[in-house]
Amino acid sequence: MTSLVNRTAGLAPATPRWRERLADWTPILVIAPSLAASFIYVFVFTGWTFYISLSNSSLLPSYGFVGLKPYFDLWSNTRWQIAYSNLLFFSLFYVSLSMALGLGLAIALDSRVRGESVFRTIFLYPLAVSFAVTGSVWRWIYSPDAGIEYLVRGFGWTDFTFRLTTDRNLAIYSIIATGIWQSSGFAMALLLAGLRSVDPDIVKAADIDGASRFRTYRKVLLPSIAPIFISVAVVLLQFAIKTFDLVVALTQGGPGISTTFPANYVYDLMFQRGQIAIGAAASIMMLAALALVLVPYSVWLVWRRNREAGRHG
Amino acid sequence: MVDAFQAEYLSSVRAERRRNALGRVAVYSFLCFFAFIYLLPLFVIVANSFRSLPEITQNGLIAFPRSFTFGAWSNAWSHYCVAGTCQGVKRNFYNSLMMTIPATIISTLLGAVNGYVLSKWRFRGSEFLFACVTLGVFMPGQVALMPWAFILGRLHLSNTVYGLILVHCIQGLSFTTLFCRNYYINIPDDLIKAARIDGAGFWRILIKIVLPLSPPILIVTVIWQFTGIWNEYLFGVVFTGGREQPITASVVALATTVMNAKAYDVTSAAVLIAAVPPLLIYFVGGKYFVRGLTQGAVK
Repeated sequence: MTSLVNRTAGLAPATPRWRERLADWTPILVIAPSLAASFIYVFVFTGWTFYISLSNSSLLPSYGFVGLKPYFDLWSNTRWQIAYSNLLFFSLFYVSLSMALGLGLAIALDSRVRGESVFRTIFLYPLAVSFAVTGSVWRWIYSPDAGIEYLVRGFGWTDFTFRLTTDRNLAIYSIIATGIWQSSGFAMALLLAGLRSVDPDIVKAADIDGASRFRTYRKVLLPSIAPIFISVAVVLLQFAIKTFDLVVALTQGGPGISTTFPANYVYDLMFQRGQIAIGAAASIMMLAALALVLVPYSVWLVWRRNREAGRHG
Repeated sequence: MVDAFQAEYLSSVRAERRRNALGRVAVYSFLCFFAFIYLLPLFVIVANSFRSLPEITQNGLIAFPRSFTFGAWSNAWSHYCVAGTCQGVKRNFYNSLMMTIPATIISTLLGAVNGYVLSKWRFRGSEFLFACVTLGVFMPGQVALMPWAFILGRLHLSNTVYGLILVHCIQGLSFTTLFCRNYYINIPDDLIKAARIDGAGFWRILIKIVLPLSPPILIVTVIWQFTGIWNEYLFGVVFTGGREQPITASVVALATTVMNAKAYDVTSAAVLIAAVPPLLIYFVGGKYFVRGLTQGAVK
């Protein structure tokens, strides 16, 4: 190992052996503590939580092994069923619509618009702010007491109703809409960068061939940035699975339990209901959902890299 | 004959231009419509933090301001009651600063050194270690809650800002290591080799060669870490309570408490106080913020 670390050691001026050896080990010694901490964070913590999810922990963690019972308890729980079906529903609309809007904005900005940087700044600023902040603001805008409903009624349309957050069947849409508002700028930024990175000669060639703008996008530009779509979708799916503060600030999982999300339910089980084992099981399910997205994605990334390498070599 | 041809040509150019003009109008109205929707919440919250409460209640939240007062700001900053204490969000704001600044600096420095080693002093297994560290980027915070609660309890750091600093440093290491390593990998190895032949050691190369090349990535990392840690909610609400909470947690508590539900003016000011530091950073260092976003996302 030492020889790998310092291949040029032989070229260095002669120094006492122990100093040389110390120098060989410096890089490893320097990063050992922080890498160990990361390692513990990723593997020991996950294993620990996984073990708790197989235990009889209730109010406090305890280590009596009960096998998969907490998982059965979790999956037979109505609230968890609501939580994961909410997650599926949310992910579907949140990811596809954020990307659709992001693409629309990117294409619009790509057509030599004046004040492009101003628009870009506007579309991206929600990402800099926490969900705690944006959720609180949007909750007011949706609120019947003082928000959009109040505004429109003030114009004279007195039986106008707009009650996203207070209707149990509609509340999920308020979370989807706010999520899109927060994230489509992100999709826009990445897709715009992608559009700009396409070889301009190809676009020019399409132009000379008389292809319309629409056709150029559909046949030339969009196919060549397809990998970016996949990356954006993966990142947005990740956001979706981790959705927590947005729901807390916007609906607190309500009305009733209609907008419970997995992450909120984990928090609830662990810290409000004293069902730590089931909470741990739910958090492991979140991890499983992430793995379901990320493992195929990384396999795909590796496959693509190998294919590119094959082409060039 | 030629004239007819020319006339036809001109009319087709004119039609083309008209179509283009229509397209331009469509593009700009599309962009302006969404710009309006994106800015609406910002306008609402800024306006309401300066309006008087009776006027808000009467005209609704979405209205052009007809009154102007700083009352809500001073109230939110130092008098308003959140979670049983009546000192506003001042203390929570300081908590957030006390948490975010050290955690950002520590995690960035450690990440830079990690990235330097993992790209320029590779050893057997270093690629594997790097892959393990980056897994931390994807790990949901919920999985780490129980272990952290136990460890913070053992270290007597529960309900303290120091506990949150520790949590954010370790979690942030994954991001900072990833950012820095992917940046340093592009520094030519020959540069490092030449320095080594000249007798420069590990630290000398870091300080004389790598760090002077680092400002772009360090700015990206600092911005990413600062906004991320400042905006984080889960750890804040789980590991601290009341006076010790960072501002995101106390703002959510304030905004969602039924008792405060109608105190739109004060809540607006408090929410804005929580949003100002990351917004400021975004408007000043937007370019680097976006760069961090794209790098964090795609790699």
